[in-house]
Amino acid sequence: MSTRLPVPELLGRDVFAVDEGSPHIVLDPAVCATCTTTPCVAACPAQLYRVGPDGVVGLDHAGCLECGTCRVVCEAGGIVRWTYPRSTFGVSYRQG
Amino acid sequence: MSDDADVDVIVVGAGPAGSACAHRLAREGRSVVLVERGTTAGAKNVSGGRLYTYALEALEEGLTRQAPFERAVVREQIMLVDGDRAMQVSVLPSGDSDPAGVPASVTVLRARFDAWLAGRAEGEGALLATGVTVDSLLMEHDRVVGIVADGEEMRASVVVAADGVSSLLAREAGLTGPLAPASVGVGVKEVVALDAAALEARFGVGPGEGAATLLLGCTGGVHGGGFMYTNAASISIGVVVSPGDLAAAGRTPHGLLQDLKEHPAVRPYLAGGESVEYSAHLVREDGVRGVPRRLAREGFLVTGEAAGFVLNLGYTVRGMDLALVSGIAAAEAVLAGGDLDAAYHAALERHGLMATMRGADGYRDLLHLHRLYGTYPGLALDVATSMFAVDGGPPPPLRRLVRDVRRRHGVPLRGLVRDGLVGVRSL
Repeated sequence: MSTRLPVPELLGRDVFAVDEGSPHIVLDPAVCATCTTTPCVAACPAQLYRVGPDGVVGLDHAGCLECGTCRVVCEAGGIVRWTYPRSTFGVSYRQG
Repeated sequence: MSDDADVDVIVVGAGPAGSACAHRLAREGRSVVLVERGTTAGAKNVSGGRLYTYALEALEEGLTRQAPFERAVVREQIMLVDGDRAMQVSVLPSGDSDPAGVPASVTVLRARFDAWLAGRAEGEGALLATGVTVDSLLMEHDRVVGIVADGEEMRASVVVAADGVSSLLAREAGLTGPLAPASVGVGVKEVVALDAAALEARFGVGPGEGAATLLLGCTGGVHGGGFMYTNAASISIGVVVSPGDLAAAGRTPHGLLQDLKEHPAVRPYLAGGESVEYSAHLVREDGVRGVPRRLAREGFLVTGEAAGFVLNLGYTVRGMDLALVSGIAAAEAVLAGGDLDAAYHAALERHGLMATMRGADGYRDLLHLHRLYGTYPGLALDVATSMFAVDGGPPPPLRRLVRDVRRRHGVPLRGLVRDGLVGVRSL
């Protein structure tokens, strides 16, 4: 039996309190549309950055592991806001 | 405390640095609020994770014995991987236990460990406020006078930022700038639950004992490596890789970790285990060069990982011990009063932390040798497998074997010598 687990399966084993009202990471689609390298797509451990049908990178902030990798690799500056989730929201590690 | 301050000190972040700082300050009679954005201390924290216990003993003698650690590390393993092949070196015993029998290093899981350490700070009199995300610093006349959290102000004589590798507060205070992709590794980890007896049999350790395993060559040629740590009844397995190189290499941290779990030399360790958590964390890899010159300004100082106190030595990553010591030094600087930055630097020197950071600088050059992550593990495995291949003919001279393998991998003798010199100089 394979030990491989796809990302959604792995994220399903973590505990999240998703803040539907207020994303803690915000992209500027106009800037992301100019980005050709999209390093965020490969680097995000939770694979939350996806190139959409329009060819522009989008983000689903639910499932964010709050590691900060996207903020570091973003070259084009499309991440216009990077903060932590509001109080009590986001991932809660039970192991760490 | 100044007249309009609510408390003497606000410490932001209840990880090892923040809790150590709060612990020391509260013990010395300062009023301290320890603010943590997780709903419990440790809920946002991730590490490999191995803790070197000298730092816990520096905070309070005898603390290690009381700590909820997973296992005492008695076995070190280094595994070189190339394709489906692997070779492994084991070192035991690991380190020296001190005369009192305190193990030199232990494995920890942060949800449990950090909650305990924050509880110790509370025991000294610090007030722990969990589930509170700090929005910003409160500034007056170019001086930090407190924090704003959930729209409410809290004032203190000093704010200590122990808010981790992505420290928003150190950046806001102008002490740090953006991190370059080459200055960090992205770490991903799974915790795989496993029966304790099976784990002990597989790693060759006794009850309460554990192993630390470093893996090289498992990152698809991308700068980085893998790790396995044994917990009480689980294995922490992960990879740390250079995030800026992933797109060009067509790899992902998640994919590399899944490949690693399936490797024929790794899979037997995990067999029958159940993955119970997936986590990620950035690891600073710029050593002393990543520590800002100024670590404090009026009413504010930065400590732990937020201040760059992390060392990747190749064979081990040190973060939590440096965090603990820097947190203690930060507390001593606050207690000393006067020029915070000068007092903090003096305390960091006194504890030997800056010497440790400076002493490890050469490792950075070694870890920048690109061949370390693909070519050299493959080369070593070619030599090793050829040595053990017996076909009835005379054994080839080892020198010729090495030369042939080196040529096959396209490594010129000059390149090997040059890399070797970098290695010798840095170690």
